[in-house]
Amino acid sequence: MTPLADVGRLAGSYDLVVVGAGPAGLAAAAAGAESGLATLLVDENATPGGQIWRAVTTTPMKRRETLGEDFWKGADHVARFDRSNAAYAPRCTVWSLAADARDDGLIEIGLSMGGKARMIAARQTILATGAQERPFPIPGWTLPGVMTAGAAQIALKTSGAVPDGRVVVAGCGPLLYLLANQLAAAGANIVAVLDTTAPGALRSALPEFGDFLRSPYLAKGLRLVAQARRKLRFVSRVTALAATGESRLEGVRFARGGGVDERIACDALLLHQGVIPSINLSNAAGCAHEFDETQHCWRPRLDDWFCASMAGIAVAGDGAGIGGAESAALRGEIAALGVAARLGRLDAGARDARAAPLRAELARCLRGRRFLDLLYRPAPQFLAPPDDATIVCRCEEVTAGQVRDAARRLGVTGPNQMKAFLRCGMGPCQGRLCGPTVAELIAETRDMSLAEVGAYRLRPPVKPITLGELAALPQTEAAIRAVVR
Amino acid sequence: MSERRSADVLIVGGGIHGCSTALHCALRGLSVILFEKDHAGRHASGVNAGGVRQLLRDVAEIPLSIASMELWLNIAALVEDDCGFVSEGQILVAEDEAELEIARARVADLRLRGFTHEELIDARELRRLAPAVAETCPGGVVSRRDGAAIPLRATQAFKRRAAALGAVICENERVERVARESGVFVATTPRGVYRAPVLVNAAGAWGGALAASLGEVFPVETIAPMLMITTPMPAFIRPVVILRGRKLSFKQFDNGTVLIGGGHLGKAIPEENRTILDWRKLAVSAQTVWDVFPIMRSATIARAWAGIEARMADDLPAFGPSRLHEGLFHQFGFSAHGFQLGPGAGAVMAELIATGATNTPIDGLSPARFARAPG
Ligand SMILES: Cc1cc2nc3c(=O)[nH]c(=O)nc-3n(C[C@H](O)[C@H](O)[C@H](O)COP(=O)(O)OP(=O)(O)OC[C@H]3O[C@@H](n4cnc5c(N)ncnc54)[C@H](O)[C@@H]3O)c2cc1C
Repeated sequence: MTPLADVGRLAGSYDLVVVGAGPAGLAAAAAGAESGLATLLVDENATPGGQIWRAVTTTPMKRRETLGEDFWKGADHVARFDRSNAAYAPRCTVWSLAADARDDGLIEIGLSMGGKARMIAARQTILATGAQERPFPIPGWTLPGVMTAGAAQIALKTSGAVPDGRVVVAGCGPLLYLLANQLAAAGANIVAVLDTTAPGALRSALPEFGDFLRSPYLAKGLRLVAQARRKLRFVSRVTALAATGESRLEGVRFARGGGVDERIACDALLLHQGVIPSINLSNAAGCAHEFDETQHCWRPRLDDWFCASMAGIAVAGDGAGIGGAESAALRGEIAALGVAARLGRLDAGARDARAAPLRAELARCLRGRRFLDLLYRPAPQFLAPPDDATIVCRCEEVTAGQVRDAARRLGVTGPNQMKAFLRCGMGPCQGRLCGPTVAELIAETRDMSLAEVGAYRLRPPVKPITLGELAALPQTEAAIRAVVR
Repeated sequence: MSERRSADVLIVGGGIHGCSTALHCALRGLSVILFEKDHAGRHASGVNAGGVRQLLRDVAEIPLSIASMELWLNIAALVEDDCGFVSEGQILVAEDEAELEIARARVADLRLRGFTHEELIDARELRRLAPAVAETCPGGVVSRRDGAAIPLRATQAFKRRAAALGAVICENERVERVARESGVFVATTPRGVYRAPVLVNAAGAWGGALAASLGEVFPVETIAPMLMITTPMPAFIRPVVILRGRKLSFKQFDNGTVLIGGGHLGKAIPEENRTILDWRKLAVSAQTVWDVFPIMRSATIARAWAGIEARMADDLPAFGPSRLHEGLFHQFGFSAHGFQLGPGAGAVMAELIATGATNTPIDGLSPARFARAPG
């Protein structure tokens, strides 16, 4: 692997550019390079690993038990990538990716490193940008002291930091229990875990229970929940939740199954109700997406080799649908086989033969996923906040009530139109944080399905760039060489 | 979908032009069915720069632009929504003496024709109106009543008002075919067949194809003008600023964000409702801003996009009766400056349809000017 520290050192074009250095991206880039493709792996972080293996090569958390064995598995994947001859651009953000922008049919990629922007080209791309946390809009969630469980986990992995004082963890899903255990092991004072898993969810998930029994999730999942229940104050069937406090978080208020309000004083509240594919790049590139009813989120429409509707763009890992780290790595590997075949490095027979065992493994590791998806599907009141005063768009401070009103009174039928009336989705996050909630509120108010309501069309730059960076964008190859010198 | 299958007027296209014509027809008591293949304002009318500009218009467009401006200045009375309209002027900045000389001649010419909305300003007045403009600029032209509005909000306000007055608005319904059968226009959509003696082609970038399907060919191309917007900056400029030499238009909103445009083109793929940005040209815009507004050097670009629009060979719309078919009216090809014209164009079009004539001089925009065009 060749690390590159300056945007001028990148080649003008690659056979394969992989975006995202998590499990899917590491596997895709390693496999691509191993099959002889000129491969570049780009990631905005300083070190490889993505979300789950974040800082696996550099973390100060050396006690293996704290972060758990799944974390340390990442080291092997990073090592394989290190041995490959892929190029690697850390601290590099991709802000634009477009098919059809060039006359030669290559994908055009706009990226920035160290304050310098550059356009490069790729014959094929694999987007492995992973997942983002599903928004969890409750009253008071914008108070200082409230953060997402994911943000807390990043701090833990990169610098060993745990939140100060009394910590309440609230929400549902495997990652929530995992984080509660990791934080407890790292010494956080967790005063309660408030579980919002919908009481009816088990019933709808039950038909999938057979598969779940034979799934690799089972042992792991049960262990996580059991551990959390055993060691921590675990409150189930939470049906209402609010963060309270004047200028910062002072406590949480919650109710169980329509019962009376209960309160817990705390200094930090960590919220999490599952993850959804991060579709920013595929969305901005214009790829077709579809609404996944089971996982209750949008994902790109893909074929058997994870190719999106736009030629030259494939999507692997959680960005293609939530499946977890192991499945992400397998999907990255399969996507890379598809790329190698499309670029003439493999014939179809060899590609299929090599993919077969990977697909079998993938099926095995996705078995039981549906059970989890259905069990941990957030309850409606946590997707579309019933209290009209709840903020849904943090950038522009738009409330649930304003969105409902615009949907009802002004007849707004989709998130893109909502931008013009309320500016939600026009802030720096471009609706990455409020999009799902705004769509839920429109669907609820107008009695439409989420598939009909649609999602924000994201606009590049998918990550902000400065006017200066753009103004200095080299216009010619000679200008690029002049930058390098 | 509509229960109604016939009306006085069928309109193809739910941009600001189609919606405005629908509203004004309804105000005149005409029954209207409007078809929009996506949602109202999905295309040029919802994603443009929002510039409400009389400044620098071709003389052929000025009467229509002035008629429209009167409606903009009182827009809430017409559509029951202020459309986010603010009137803080638009300024053409001359970057050097040569440009100022051209501007002086232009203003003098307009005066002779009786138009007074454009005023020549010197360096001092320029600095007073827009202190952030680079010191080296010697003056410019101002149109003080010009301003800006929020495009999608405005377009949908016209749609809602038209619907409230009885116009039937069919969104997500594409007109797949139009024909003229014994003096009546027949429009076919996936949901039905509709008839009317009058058809208005307000199909924007798709207007050329619609006209061609009725045998009337226009020299029109599809373009994708690009825009970009920054994250909030400290307030530093009120009016909209445009340059003549280098392509730039520049507007700061109340929340501090700055919209940068000026006519650099991306690529349009109208069949897929898609546009592709050309970052190298956006970089040229960024360089121009860097030069003219030093304060912007620390700005961050939050989003960039393009809209799909029709451009005529002479940069003027096809506006008025068809040269081939009685009852067919064209209202398309606004060549990247039709947003401001929307309110007035709808009023004049409804007048034409209802009375057969208008007092607003629009001869220079007539579809008949292409009578000799090839094809
Ligand atoms: C980036 C950009 C910036 C601009 N800035 C400004 C500005 O600052 N000031 C200004 O005055 N102008 C500006 N313009 C120009 C202005 O936006 C357009 O001239 C104007 O909106 C055109 O309106 P329209 O109704 O003709 O077209 P559109 O808004 O494109 O509406 C046409 C509609 O017809 C529909 N349609 C087409 N075919 C069919 C069919 N067969 N069946 C049903 N529906 C159909 C389309 O879906 C579309 O919604 C800008 C344009 C762009 C793209």
